[in-house]
Amino acid sequence: MNSKTQDLCAGSGKTARGVVLATLAVGFGLPLVLLAAVLLLSPLSKPAMLMAALGAAGVNVSGWSVTGQYVAWIVAIAVLALILLSFGAVISGMTVWWEMRVSSRMQSRVGYNRVGAAGFFQWIADAVKLLLKEDLVPADADALLFRAAPYFVLTGFGLVFVALPFGESLIAADMNVGIFYITAVTALIVVGILIAGWSSNSKWALFGGMRSAAQVISYEIPSGLAAMVPVMMSGTLSMQGIIRSQGAWPWEWHAFTNPFALAAFAIFFVAQLAEGNRTPFDLPEAESELVAGYLSEYSSFRFALFFLVEFGNLWVMSAIAVTLFFGGWQVPFVGPEAFAAARGVGDLPGAAWWGLQILSMLVFVAKTLVVLNVVVWVRWTLPRIRVDQMMTLCWKYLVPIAFVVFVATLLWQMLIARLPVSATVSGAVMFAAAVVTALLFFRQTRQNISAVGDRVDFTNW
Amino acid sequence: MESKGGKLVAWALAAVAVVAFVVYMATQVVGPAARGMPRPVAGALTLPDVLFYVIAGFTVVGAAGVTLSRNILYSAFGLLTALLGAGALYVMLSADFVAVAQLLVYIGGVLVLILFAVMLTSRISDIKVSNTSFGLFGGVLLFVAAAPVLLSVALLTPWRVVPPAALAPTAEVIGDALLSRWLLPFEVASLVLLSTLIGAVLIARKEIKAEEA
Repeated sequence: MNSKTQDLCAGSGKTARGVVLATLAVGFGLPLVLLAAVLLLSPLSKPAMLMAALGAAGVNVSGWSVTGQYVAWIVAIAVLALILLSFGAVISGMTVWWEMRVSSRMQSRVGYNRVGAAGFFQWIADAVKLLLKEDLVPADADALLFRAAPYFVLTGFGLVFVALPFGESLIAADMNVGIFYITAVTALIVVGILIAGWSSNSKWALFGGMRSAAQVISYEIPSGLAAMVPVMMSGTLSMQGIIRSQGAWPWEWHAFTNPFALAAFAIFFVAQLAEGNRTPFDLPEAESELVAGYLSEYSSFRFALFFLVEFGNLWVMSAIAVTLFFGGWQVPFVGPEAFAAARGVGDLPGAAWWGLQILSMLVFVAKTLVVLNVVVWVRWTLPRIRVDQMMTLCWKYLVPIAFVVFVATLLWQMLIARLPVSATVSGAVMFAAAVVTALLFFRQTRQNISAVGDRVDFTNW
Repeated sequence: MESKGGKLVAWALAAVAVVAFVVYMATQVVGPAARGMPRPVAGALTLPDVLFYVIAGFTVVGAAGVTLSRNILYSAFGLLTALLGAGALYVMLSADFVAVAQLLVYIGGVLVLILFAVMLTSRISDIKVSNTSFGLFGGVLLFVAAAPVLLSVALLTPWRVVPPAALAPTAEVIGDALLSRWLLPFEVASLVLLSTLIGAVLIARKEIKAEEA
């Protein structure tokens, strides 16, 4: 980046200190406050705890009927769900900002820089603008389905958060069928996209909807098969169970303890990109061919909902990948015994337990953000592929490889049953290989930058 | 389309078969089983009961939408509602794995494929093409034939009332059962899928040949 572009950038040096502080406060504070609220309030989702808390707050609970207690419990659950969904929405907005910053840096342009430090508040400004726009329904559209479609998409997105882990004990419902459930409810997003495409009564939208359906149905197969690999390694479908069966150190992660699991992760990652309609698989909304695909006719808040889900999905897919392959929230040196010891035997957990919870959440969020960042890089690195290439990649490459990985993992599990040390050896070798690859990657990147006479510079944000 | 007379004969035959089935079920199966069983006693309405009726109503409304709608997309919409309701009923029966499988297979697979097929079909918004009706006469005939069997089964069967069990991991048990006791039906079902696949390939190949010729 030359000095002229640097001047155009509103670097942190020129922004007023108050703006920087406000940006930092909101950027880190908002998600943290939401997560902390969920963590603090989650004990209230148990009826007995809720009644005890209400009693402690001076409310006379004993006089309430069973129905009254049910109503109080339902209200508490609804509030918790609202907070969790708000977290999804906030993360989605912040992802938009991050993506725009990264893309402008990758394309040597300025990008967001007006609202707040580094243009951080742009996502709020965009949302407010979209809320103030007219909610248009095309005259020849099927009005009912046209209006209903965004809700399907949002429901599919919101339901995923039920089984998405955030920390050692922070998950809305640790279902026995966790990962299976997540795969199933995302189907509602496809239904919503299809209905949006059809009801718009526009050829562009219909093409987008059809492409999306073909793409998502196809890529669900390699994605599901790849997700089965960590499931087989853990022997459970529960999200927390899968995380608990992995260790905290990288060489104890599912991605490395089984040499085929890394291939499974690659397949899962590509398939998730396709299912989330992300570049290079954004054929359903290909701007150069289909205007905006299935959402061509949408405006205002309904348009915003589609984009909220699309960007929120980045967090969801990264969190699922971290859960399945990268050890989730496991903190080094802190095993389940440490959590149990810190919890104590009392009604309320001890202070150390809360600290460990926050630590585990930080680990999970940090890992997820790393994966999310890779997704953003991929979008601004690769061009969009053609429809036939998309189908070829899925059916001729990903599906057969996924089957091979699936069977190989079965055999690998049998080997581990005979020789438990093979998991450790694989973990060490694979992790060492990953580190070497990463080092080579960084060296090559530095060479590429210096080859054009530039220098590695992180200051001009 | 067949002649009107042929259609009438088919309807009449179907109705006769259903009536015979009703009579057989009522006299031979349900009646003897119902004899001597204590009638279930209606208790107070609890929250799970209310929830059940809400979900059941949701399912029935969806099913009615499938049959009554004249727009095939709205029928698919109704199907979605009915399938979601059925999934919720499975959850109430503590069968979470079956419920999620229902969601994945029927909504993620079947319903999306139906929508996909609808969008690929030309002239689909025309009611004469998509949602044809066999007329009032046939409908009433089938209703008269089918309603008694459903009612008699619902009213005469000695339903056992079992308190719902806690949600336990069922995936392992189902997997064991599928690969041991029910292995043969499981494999037969996969044969059905295989033949479907072959059929799909055959149809797809034919189309390409026709284009080349």
